[in-house]
Amino acid sequence: MESAPNAQATWPDDLYDLLKRHGIRQVALVPDAGHARLIRRCEADNDLRVVTVTTEEEGVALMQGAWLGGQKAVLLMQSSGVGNCINMLSLSAIHRCPMPMIVTMRGDFGEFNPAQVPMGQATQAVLEAMGTIVHRADRAEDVIPTAEATLKLAFNTFRPAATLIGQRVLGAKTFGKDD
Amino acid sequence: MLDRREICAEVLRDRGPMLCVASLGAAAWDITAIGDGPQNLPLWGGMGGAAMIGLGLALAQPEVPVLVIAGDGEMLMAVGSLATIAHQAPRNLAVLVLDNEHYGETGMQATATRHGTDLLVMAQGAGISRTRRIASLDDVRALRAEALAMQGPLFALAKIDPAPKPLVLPPREGALLQARMREHLLGPSAHTA
Repeated sequence: MESAPNAQATWPDDLYDLLKRHGIRQVALVPDAGHARLIRRCEADNDLRVVTVTTEEEGVALMQGAWLGGQKAVLLMQSSGVGNCINMLSLSAIHRCPMPMIVTMRGDFGEFNPAQVPMGQATQAVLEAMGTIVHRADRAEDVIPTAEATLKLAFNTFRPAATLIGQRVLGAKTFGKDD
Repeated sequence: MLDRREICAEVLRDRGPMLCVASLGAAAWDITAIGDGPQNLPLWGGMGGAAMIGLGLALAQPEVPVLVIAGDGEMLMAVGSLATIAHQAPRNLAVLVLDNEHYGETGMQATATRHGTDLLVMAQGAGISRTRRIASLDDVRALRAEALAMQGPLFALAKIDPAPKPLVLPPREGALLQARMREHLLGPSAHTA
């Protein structure tokens, strides 16, 4: 089982619709399997600027620039990337800049790879230490309402906010060892 | 060697609509010494983020030239963003690095550029094809003309005199710095969006 939603799951397409409904124009990302379908939808949309960054903190700075210029942006990443963002999240507190993040979890429910666990288990604490309001979605039906709450919190109250999509939703990557 | 404040004065002279993002430390003091206002975002934090803030701003305002002024320490921390900028290729973004080969705010420790690292070659390697070495104020004027004509993405590197300049501090309230640029670009609706 890959750590990506199966073909029957509708929430990746629903997330795309949500981003459109909230007027998102720039999507910063470091790819993750959990976000693959959403990324494909965004790349196919000429009104969304997909900015593939070399490290996630670039995405935090991009959100700051987008907001300065009057556009809404969002950062998509895997939980390991949250660790790369810590100091750059200062920009949100310094300027009161909205910074919504949608994070696919690893090192979480049923993880196979020990290397994913340290950052995965620290993800929520690290975000909260930098003033981010964090909500988890651990059931498929919770993903959209939770992500919508994150977008509203970020853009209406001018702060970092994150939705963590749990591995219980995504499935655990097992490298073929399903036992 | 060129004087950093003379470079900044020249590149920001007759700037028209040009927006300027300056990295924390000396670059922020430099643009403030030339003249503070809503077209400037002098940074107090987020080291390594100046070029990407410039990219987000340039993508959001594609008809407005955006200039990022960064120190060498700042740019060394963010060389990956040069690849990101090259890939996005915004014609209205220019990055000017003021390279004094030192970390100026922390006791003048040497940076990698003191030991042979060439940020202009790194920018070229990242895929930014329009690069310029700044060796005179005429070069600065040429950079300004290219930036205002939005012929980017541009990357320019100026080796500068490392002697420190008088501190000229911008407002320290970041919410003000952000709000004034948004209002400049978007009008009063910036605050009700």
